[in-house]
Amino acid sequence: MTKFIDLTLSGISIGAIYAAVALALVLIWRSTRIVNFAQGAMLMFTTFIASAVINGGGSYALGLVVALASGFVLGAVVERVVVRPVENAPPLNAVILTLGLYTLIVAVAGMIWGNTPRSFPAAFSLRGYRVGGTNLLFTPNDTFIVLVVIGVAALLALLFRRTTLGLRMRAAAFAPEVARLLGVRVGRMLTLGWALAAATGALAGVLVAPSVFLGPNNFDPILISGFVAAVLGGLDSPPGAVVGGLILGLALSYVSGYEGSSLVPLAALVILMIVLMIRPTGLFAATRERRV
Amino acid sequence: MTAVRVALRSSTLLRSLLIVVVAGLVLLLGSDQLSSYRDLQLATGAYYFCVLAGLTVLAGSSGQISLGHGALMAVGAYTVGKLGNAGWALVPELAAAAVVTLIIGIPVGAAASRLRGPYLAGATLAFAVGLPALADRFPTAFGGENGLTLNPPTPPASLGVNFPLERWQAWIACAGALVVVFVFYNLTRSGVGRALRAVRDDEIAASLAGLRIGRWHTLAFTLSAAAAGLGGGLLAVVTGTVAPGAFPLQLSLMLLAGVVIGGLGSLVGAVWGAALLVFLPNWTNDLASSFSLSANVAHNLPLAVYGVVLIGAMLVWPSGIQGALRAVGRAARPALGGGIGTGAQASAAPETPPPDDARATAPPEASAKTRSES
Repeated sequence: MTKFIDLTLSGISIGAIYAAVALALVLIWRSTRIVNFAQGAMLMFTTFIASAVINGGGSYALGLVVALASGFVLGAVVERVVVRPVENAPPLNAVILTLGLYTLIVAVAGMIWGNTPRSFPAAFSLRGYRVGGTNLLFTPNDTFIVLVVIGVAALLALLFRRTTLGLRMRAAAFAPEVARLLGVRVGRMLTLGWALAAATGALAGVLVAPSVFLGPNNFDPILISGFVAAVLGGLDSPPGAVVGGLILGLALSYVSGYEGSSLVPLAALVILMIVLMIRPTGLFAATRERRV
Repeated sequence: MTAVRVALRSSTLLRSLLIVVVAGLVLLLGSDQLSSYRDLQLATGAYYFCVLAGLTVLAGSSGQISLGHGALMAVGAYTVGKLGNAGWALVPELAAAAVVTLIIGIPVGAAASRLRGPYLAGATLAFAVGLPALADRFPTAFGGENGLTLNPPTPPASLGVNFPLERWQAWIACAGALVVVFVFYNLTRSGVGRALRAVRDDEIAASLAGLRIGRWHTLAFTLSAAAAGLGGGLLAVVTGTVAPGAFPLQLSLMLLAGVVIGGLGSLVGAVWGAALLVFLPNWTNDLASSFSLSANVAHNLPLAVYGVVLIGAMLVWPSGIQGALRAVGRAARPALGGGIGTGAQASAAPETPPPDDARATAPPEASAKTRSES
């Protein structure tokens, strides 16, 4: 029973991280109809930057802020320089392009920092809470992760629903022609969308790095899980991404705890296939007829 | 002479046999001139070619891309590893590698046939990351991290005592590659190939014409998987070991770069792609040592080049090397058409324009992902 509680709590914690990655993917999908397969590599790169700041004597908070800022810049640059030309090309081109970006960023990170994984500090203690004489696996750092992700999701919701800028971004994503006629700088809004998404991804990278270690390839499973979580939530819906992340976090935590962690990527694949077979629009997307 | 030309022009089978025989002779005579090291490179290129041919036929004739082919290679390689250690002969074990991968490919392809674009890429990506982990999960069957070790194939005694092992491996791998050429050359020019292209170009029109979209997609994926399995099996024969570390996600991305640079849909392009995959590590090593770059840089340079190739090809020349050559050839001799060496006719998927209405209505892809046959 203790094991079940432990797995549930750690599932919530890792699910929050999946939710953040899924949010990053959903934000980009909504605005440009592209799944950013480079996201895993981008958040790996910004986490390396944070690690360099922290190892250079900066505080954890400074490292986190630098990661977010570099993620923001990286997202904007990537959209403006390489993604813009394929935005109106067939979908396959964008898929191949983001995979190329993934490959390039992983290679560059390996060139700069080497391929041996290194440790990354956590914000708070990694010693589990003591409840009634037993140590839980859930740690103060996990509390921090969950709260930060909830906070970011709330901020994004506020931005999109309550501000003029958010309204413009939504308009640019859903009706670019009309938005342009009404004076919205559509290109700029798309760039901003990518920048925000990459910053959200960067946050996920810093949060997850203490548990998966920091290396060029260590975040691949996180990207897969984020993608599965986003598809679970419908790929179109930010609240769906958060719920999808939590569900997937719980499911994978049980698989990992009861069956072994090496099965986690395969379990993610199985869940993805089941969702796509049964309910391809995701669990939360508004059902919509396919237009021919 | 004219009778021969007419026969060649009218019969795909004859043409493909001619290509296979000529290419086989060139490879046979050529490999005699090569050093052991070059023979090994030839063998490597040949097994890469098998996988790339499968991928390019999949992309060119059905418009799908797969990131799972690295993992499918692992299936073929482990099949050869297990059967080889159980005492199977070379040809049956390679055939078994193709068949086992084909069988694995059926459910994967059936699932993939319902997916489009980013969904398919994401699912096959998860497959590529997830499958090699099975070797860790079942260490007694698959040897865990260290994998399986195979005895190298022995050249037949009739070739002489001093016949180099590498040349024999090159012959085996090239024979496999020629089988793949023969099958895919005939397939893409048959009713099957035409049906696949019809499905790729316009699913609605194709289903109106009575084609079952899902089945054709599954078939394309399954055949492509069999080629990947054969390539993986040849890899096991050539390298002598099978370990999960040989099939990382990077392998799948590398293969993708190989097909993209060759030109999606072109069998000749797959030769270019295989050459890139074989020679690039050497070039970057030379480059790294002549500029005395650090080990980290040298180690990651090939990967960086693959990334640049993928990005650059999408931005500048989506039809790849073979597309460029074909464009040059078309400009040089506009009157000739339908000759022997035109390569696969399937134009690359990136070349096909998107359906007009798909872009005019803003968010179609989200709902368009389930193009079920119903």
